[in-house]
Amino acid sequence: MSTEEALKSQFPQAGLVFSQFRDNHRIGVPAAQLMDILTFLKNVHHFDMLAELTAVDYLEYEGSKDRFGVVYVLVNTQSGERLVLKTHVNDPDPVLPSVYPLWKAADWLEREVFDMFGISFSGHPDLRRILSPDEFTAFPLRKDYPLKGRGERHNFPVLTRSDG
Amino acid sequence: MAMKDVPDNVFMTSLDAAASWARANSLWPMPFATACCGIELMATASSRFDLARFGAEVMRFSPRQCDLMIVAGRVAMKMLPVLQRIWLQMPEPKWCISMGACACTGGVFDTYAVVQGVDRFIPVDLYVPGCPPRPEQLMAGIIALQDKIKHGGTLNGTEFGKRTQPTGPAPYDLDELIRIREANEKLVALN
Repeated sequence: MSTEEALKSQFPQAGLVFSQFRDNHRIGVPAAQLMDILTFLKNVHHFDMLAELTAVDYLEYEGSKDRFGVVYVLVNTQSGERLVLKTHVNDPDPVLPSVYPLWKAADWLEREVFDMFGISFSGHPDLRRILSPDEFTAFPLRKDYPLKGRGERHNFPVLTRSDG
Repeated sequence: MAMKDVPDNVFMTSLDAAASWARANSLWPMPFATACCGIELMATASSRFDLARFGAEVMRFSPRQCDLMIVAGRVAMKMLPVLQRIWLQMPEPKWCISMGACACTGGVFDTYAVVQGVDRFIPVDLYVPGCPPRPEQLMAGIIALQDKIKHGGTLNGTEFGKRTQPTGPAPYDLDELIRIREANEKLVALN
């Protein structure tokens, strides 16, 4: 039984959306079902590697209903099968369950998504910024954040020769 | 002592000039290399170009032992406090070369995370243009800096304490201020 058929029979009410582009198998997952489906895929179908966890901001994107898409790329290291799962979250409080209990790789990936998009992951052991400085307040990969920032890059003391 | 008693191998000079001459010919660079300019900096120091010919080959990774900071590459806003701290840790007299387009102006990286020229926040003595500059260009810069050091230095470096005004452009230039104001107005309008 293929992974797709197994998911359909296991979660008949979940409203999963299956699509395919070449060898790229994609599943749209409602956020409420995400943890059950990921747990099922890991424990029953041996998707034992989280290859990627990232997000997309769909603000002002044509035809989009939701603000953020969060993408999980899973790999079955026995069969080499890959699966792309996408779920959606919305303002004002975008939050998803952390998948850190399933894959330790989620630690820094979820911190990066939190840092760049402000999507928080409940149950994450250490949800801090990872790339930008701790005192940074904005979420720079959001589409409503200006490319040149809000003055963060110029907000430093100026040293003169007499200072040193 | 009359001049005719001085042997041929003795030169008359001032202490300031002698100190400056010694400093200029024994620069110890602090390589603050963050990007591809750092690769050119390494090439400059290695055998093909041989920075040792100009007495500046002793790269030290401890700022306490250096008197020339070479900022080679783009500086992210997370890196700038580190850069400033290293600059303050270097003993005087010290100089700074801003190497390459990114260190001088931010280069093509006109984004929220990249500082638009290190001269806004630390004093810079010499700019080396290029993206990245070739080793010849950096050596030309070091020779020009040696010239600058030889003219006007003092024995105990008192001239540095008098330079209390920043020499670089203002941290916020007019465009930036207008843009920040517009971004904030847009934000208010959205909410």
